[in-house]
Amino acid sequence: MTTQIVLPVELDAVRQTSVNNGEPAWLTESRVNGVKLAQELELPKLEKMKIERWDLSNFGQQREGYAASAQQLPESVASLVDLKEHSNLIVQVNSRTQFAQLSPELAAKGVIFTDLETAVRDHSDLVQKYLHQAVKSDENRLTALHSALWNGGVFLYVPRNVEIDIPLQSIFVQEDDKTTFAPHVLIVAEANSRVTYVDNYFSGQFDKSVVHSGVAEVFVQAGAKVQFATVHNLGTNTIDLSYRRSIIDNDGSIEWIIGEMNFGDAMSETLSILKGNGSLSDMKVIAVGSGSQKLNYTTKAVHFGKSSESQMITRAVMREQATAIINGITKIEKGATKANGEQTEKVLMLSPKARGDANPILLIDEDDVKAGHAASVGQVNQEQIYYLMSRGISREQAERLVIYGFLAPVVTEIPMEQLQQQLQGLVERKLGQ
Amino acid sequence: MTHFVVEGLKATIEGKEILKGIDLEIKGGEIHAIMGPNGTGKSTLASALMGHPKYEVTDGAVSLNGEDVLEMAVDERARAGLFLAMQYPSEIAGVTNSDFLRSAINSRREEGNEISLIKFIRQMESKMKELEMNPEFAHRYLNEGFSGGEKKRNEILQMMMIESKLVILDEIDSGLDIDALRIVANGVNSMRDEDRGFLIITHYQRLLNYIKPDVVHVMMQGRIVKSGGPELAERLERDGYDWVKEELGIMDETVGQEA
Repeated sequence: MTTQIVLPVELDAVRQTSVNNGEPAWLTESRVNGVKLAQELELPKLEKMKIERWDLSNFGQQREGYAASAQQLPESVASLVDLKEHSNLIVQVNSRTQFAQLSPELAAKGVIFTDLETAVRDHSDLVQKYLHQAVKSDENRLTALHSALWNGGVFLYVPRNVEIDIPLQSIFVQEDDKTTFAPHVLIVAEANSRVTYVDNYFSGQFDKSVVHSGVAEVFVQAGAKVQFATVHNLGTNTIDLSYRRSIIDNDGSIEWIIGEMNFGDAMSETLSILKGNGSLSDMKVIAVGSGSQKLNYTTKAVHFGKSSESQMITRAVMREQATAIINGITKIEKGATKANGEQTEKVLMLSPKARGDANPILLIDEDDVKAGHAASVGQVNQEQIYYLMSRGISREQAERLVIYGFLAPVVTEIPMEQLQQQLQGLVERKLGQ
Repeated sequence: MTHFVVEGLKATIEGKEILKGIDLEIKGGEIHAIMGPNGTGKSTLASALMGHPKYEVTDGAVSLNGEDVLEMAVDERARAGLFLAMQYPSEIAGVTNSDFLRSAINSRREEGNEISLIKFIRQMESKMKELEMNPEFAHRYLNEGFSGGEKKRNEILQMMMIESKLVILDEIDSGLDIDALRIVANGVNSMRDEDRGFLIITHYQRLLNYIKPDVVHVMMQGRIVKSGGPELAERLERDGYDWVKEELGIMDETVGQEA
């Protein structure tokens, strides 16, 4: 007996929209295939949390029509950007590009930074080569649905040997609860290139649940260096389902900086596949949960390359009735000699009703490696609060100091000052209510 | 004029009575020393006065300049003028020493009237210099990875920056070498003031070679059993505590210890 899955999409509608939007045949086929896979595949199994209970019915309506870019910076995001002549910025609202700018210098070097739909039109072969190759559509029902429905998102391509000092930034805003919210970020850093990419996600307050289905794929070719920073700040009724994945070639490196500052339920998986010898991955995650949020965050590194190294650190603060399941998975495959993987997950709970769980997992199939993990879940240390209060600091302020102190080892290591300040501000907002 | 009064103070930890009725009166300008062997309740007295949550005050009264200290939360006691240099200060990762100290100072000021950053840094640098502390400690996380002696100096630094009315030093001399002891004592002496009282808790007389007390109390079995002038400390240094026990007919001077 098979259970009929009621999907939030229809195959014919997906095909028709793709055709109407003038997408190439390969993409229409990829979308249709996504719907078919979604019918067959299960939802992912989350550690100690039942995603089946989440309201995933509203993936929105697909937007008709190609989103031509209007050169108008929406007021709601103006404070987030310091727009200059040389800034590189893409802003999308309800998956439509509202603003796009790439400095002429970078364009002259062959850098591509556009919304993904434009990239599909202008660089079809290039996009086809990479799209859904890191996060595959046949992994589970969510990745399948994403491949069927994605709209918006960006394509960033950095040619061989091009080094970029200024961060490239994109901002994704969802203001209505009708349009599909499924941006896809695709980054290709060719050999020996260097780039920093930063994005922000926002959504309004909706009366019903809206799903954000996000995927980021980052291809780090030999000797390339990528910094990828992302801040998710979605509203209470937005369910965040995000997959972030990087494949790293010989001597390439990726640094992930992730701020999980959502107000709604959220699931994310960030995975570095250390394919090449000498490849490096560094992941820093901070998360704050409040209200009755259910959060399931996974950091993962899979080592194939010899002498590959991974670092993962997650610090999560849970207040009120928020629940966080924090997973860290280090997998070292046979043959990945001299690999080194370290991970730490820590959860700080601020109320007796907050729940936290840290699950460090090491899966090692090679003898000649180093690996380590540390995990802790605990309440605020009352001795520390007493000490601070004994100097005249109020309980409230003392708790704030201890909480920021808990997050500081991640926050202070964030290499971009503006991002550091933004995260600090968001943490304050989430804790200050 | 500072006037600190403790009357009949009793306190328990986990139901066990440690303080069995303490009476003390300290006026501005006075330095009182409390001496006594280990386990007699000296540190409990310090913690109970500051309001440590593990200690429950079951009887007695404490007032600072007429204000009821026992009614106050820990931070209110501090702002009312009480300062405790702790024997085992907490380590707090992620909070720098200077951010912490600035918060402490600003907690005594009205909003909008916070200490200017420049003034604060100048003050901190000069006090650290007096205490022969490496300037780098301003930016280190609070007490994290500090040696025992560095923690003690850091307590004294806080004492000097915060300028309280009644300062309690809990075993500030333990674990200090002679140079550090001199530096710490100089710091304390620099804070001697007509309007500031001190209560110094110590095992050893040697600290009192550097900080001259006005009154010396001996604590045993959770009570002050003997008080006198500086000469009492000198006799304790010379002859130990046995003569006091003999005089008072005390067999076991400790309190609340498991048999």
